Amino acid sequence: MGDQDIALMAHLMRRAGFGATREEIEARVAKGYDATVEELLDTEQQEPLTRIEMMRYHPWTWRPGTLPGMGASEWLHDMINTKRPLEEKMALFWHGIFATGVSKVDHYDDVMDMIVKFRELGMGDFRKLLIEMAKDPAMIYLLDNNDNHADAVNENWGRELLELFSMGVGNYTEVDVRECSRAFTGWTIQPKLPRGPIGRHDWFFEYREEDHDDTEKTFLGQTGNLNGEDIIRIISEDPACARFIARHLYNFFVADEAQVPAWSVTPPQNPEAVDLLANTLMESGYDMRAALRVLFNSDFFKNARFARLKNPTEVVVGTLRMVGGAEFPAPGIGELSRQPSYMGQDLLNPPSVEGWHTGAEWINSGSLMRRVNFTAELVGDVSRPGIKDLVDRLKAQNVTAPAAAVDSCLDLIGPLEVNKESRDELIGFMSEGGDFSWDTPDQIATSTKRVSELLQLIVSLREYQYA
Amino acid sequence: MTSTKKDPILVVFQLSGGNDYLNTVIPYSNPLYYDYRPTVGIAEERVIKIDDKVGFHPEMGPMKNIWDRGDMAIIHGIGYANSPRSHFRSMDIWHTCEPDKLGTEGWLGRATRDIDPNKENVLTTVSFGPSLFRALALSGTPVAVVDDLDNYGLLPGITETEQRTKILDRFARMYSPAIGSSAVMDYLGQTGLDTLEGADILKEAPRMYSSDVEYPDTPIAKKLKGIAQVHMANFGTRIFYLDHGSFDSHSNQTGMADKLLSDVSHGLDAFLDDLREHNVDDNVVVLMFTEFGRRTHDNGSGTDHGAGGAAFMFGTNVKGGQYSEFPSMAANDLEQGDVVPNYDFRGLYTTVLEDFMGLDAKPIVDGTFEKLPILA
Repeated sequence: MGDQDIALMAHLMRRAGFGATREEIEARVAKGYDATVEELLDTEQQEPLTRIEMMRYHPWTWRPGTLPGMGASEWLHDMINTKRPLEEKMALFWHGIFATGVSKVDHYDDVMDMIVKFRELGMGDFRKLLIEMAKDPAMIYLLDNNDNHADAVNENWGRELLELFSMGVGNYTEVDVRECSRAFTGWTIQPKLPRGPIGRHDWFFEYREEDHDDTEKTFLGQTGNLNGEDIIRIISEDPACARFIARHLYNFFVADEAQVPAWSVTPPQNPEAVDLLANTLMESGYDMRAALRVLFNSDFFKNARFARLKNPTEVVVGTLRMVGGAEFPAPGIGELSRQPSYMGQDLLNPPSVEGWHTGAEWINSGSLMRRVNFTAELVGDVSRPGIKDLVDRLKAQNVTAPAAAVDSCLDLIGPLEVNKESRDELIGFMSEGGDFSWDTPDQIATSTKRVSELLQLIVSLREYQYA
Repeated sequence: MTSTKKDPILVVFQLSGGNDYLNTVIPYSNPLYYDYRPTVGIAEERVIKIDDKVGFHPEMGPMKNIWDRGDMAIIHGIGYANSPRSHFRSMDIWHTCEPDKLGTEGWLGRATRDIDPNKENVLTTVSFGPSLFRALALSGTPVAVVDDLDNYGLLPGITETEQRTKILDRFARMYSPAIGSSAVMDYLGQTGLDTLEGADILKEAPRMYSSDVEYPDTPIAKKLKGIAQVHMANFGTRIFYLDHGSFDSHSNQTGMADKLLSDVSHGLDAFLDDLREHNVDDNVVVLMFTEFGRRTHDNGSGTDHGAGGAAFMFGTNVKGGQYSEFPSMAANDLEQGDVVPNYDFRGLYTTVLEDFMGLDAKPIVDGTFEKLPILA
């Protein structure tokens, strides 16, 4: 099992999932890279999640309504425990694009229902997902399509569908926005029940024929009595749509791109890669699995190790999966689920319909301190199974030289690539305590404590912020 | 870091969850109040009267002292049109001054940028809370977020002082921009060093502080004490932020509100006394707000989400008194069962920004709004 195989597999699991323990990475290397990609893609092969324990120990996580700050507990638990990591990662991908949040929708349940749709449809035909989003009650309310009437057009949904969900600025005209919006008149939510004391009742989609503008429209050059489904078909026939989704895939899975609002003026850093993904989408009928297969097997992906900054969810879930011990829904899941929000990613509540700004914009002094302290506390806890395993490996290999300990820890925690200066600092720090010894219980205790400090310093490195 | 002339310092105190206006500033002389609130209404004899119309909740005794000193302003009927009655949305509106669309820039983030455009002080704005409230968010503007001043800093898990010093020393060297390999690495490096610098400075605050004032043993008093410590340490902090809650009293309001209002009142009283004892009170004002008031009628146990609310200002600079008007509680004047706001919160922000902080409020609150003569 070569070092490069381990590094590549760890990279794949960080990107296509939320990382893995060393044990899992080694097991996957034994199966092979191509087989692992197929296994990640073939989600049906893996057991689905069970909610029994969450329901038993944290019943409030089931449809938490309007409880502030509580909504993401179930999803966080799913991300830690899933046997289908790519399915959850794609749910996070789509959540960042169809960025709907409780700050307007005012109800976790409706936003969580969207996450369920992302799991079900997020790796299939993008056109189907887009139609489901057009019918999604939270989306309809977020973008005021319930106020989009045959006799009074509201362009909010129509515009964002084109700008943020499918094509991007520069690929349509203001007339197209208008015509698109007209085609979605009558796509609304069922009349609301009066609000209960702690929130409102669930919403359901309703198509009101009498409120639909049933006349001729011309959209992106096609004329007819177009309805919403026609609009989505016409959008998807335009290569701009495939390029837009392809660039999102590149940005999320490969390397940080410019912020989305700048895409109309900033070309992709790797146009060939985006074209390859876009062509795959067009040729496969927008099969997201086909595009993901091409992506994960490409050289541009394999060579993009540590080319993007982790988003806060990746920091939190990735570190928890590595150190282990958070699988059972223990007390504190509510607080744990807020950790990404402390780092700037409030799940189920993105800052606007544009989603989160990513890359370096994740980082400020408050969020960086949160990242460092949260991850350091986890890796410093030698009772966590993943850390215990790491210490056991050092002991079993009888690692005694400070430089060897540093290299082993960097390897086992990533493998993490750090520059020479950082490595020298780590070795310098470890050398202050001399060689490690693993013979007597006292020596083991001292060595374990030193490893714990080393690990805390490693996760506080800039390099650990990269995925 | 020490300033010679005294800069104005703003403390923004957020009551999260929707504090009940009508049971905080109680219109005890209005019989409608008792008609609407058979369960949570507070009997007239228990109200701490401040005039012949309104009075404080019985647990707000310490506030009455502040009121009697003339250091407390009550802003009646504050809010904005068409309350969404949603915690999330309403808090967002208060944070971003964007009632019609989703805003991403916080009003205090903008104020921070205007105060310290070159980011010379990493502690210009310090928030006491678990996360960066949207009010403070502005891309590229640093804000220090402290959840516990006594235990503040990087890697608090390493408790032995000597070892910690060694580790943080290594941290600083590894974050040194000289060894960055890309613009993002450089940015991360600078941010890491700013964080370390902020932490190094802030951790001195409790050591530099001594006081005869005893704060109550409550989480909110702890935050207020932290603010007093940082303020007295003269680190150049101009904006402080803290929150307390949840005031979301849909059920069992009576006991819940008693504790919340008591903790807030006693904590704030100790804080203001502390500043006065140290003669550092004359350049500090506290602005206290909540995202909405609660429904006029109780629901048999508590009150649901409403619209118009009350905000408060405290400090030696504040001209004590009541501002704006108590909105009408007549049935015909209620909107969806709520008293209708009659004063736009952005006017209060403008008052504070212009008449106290000396900033140009218009670009911060995105418009021109009526000011109140609280600080003039």
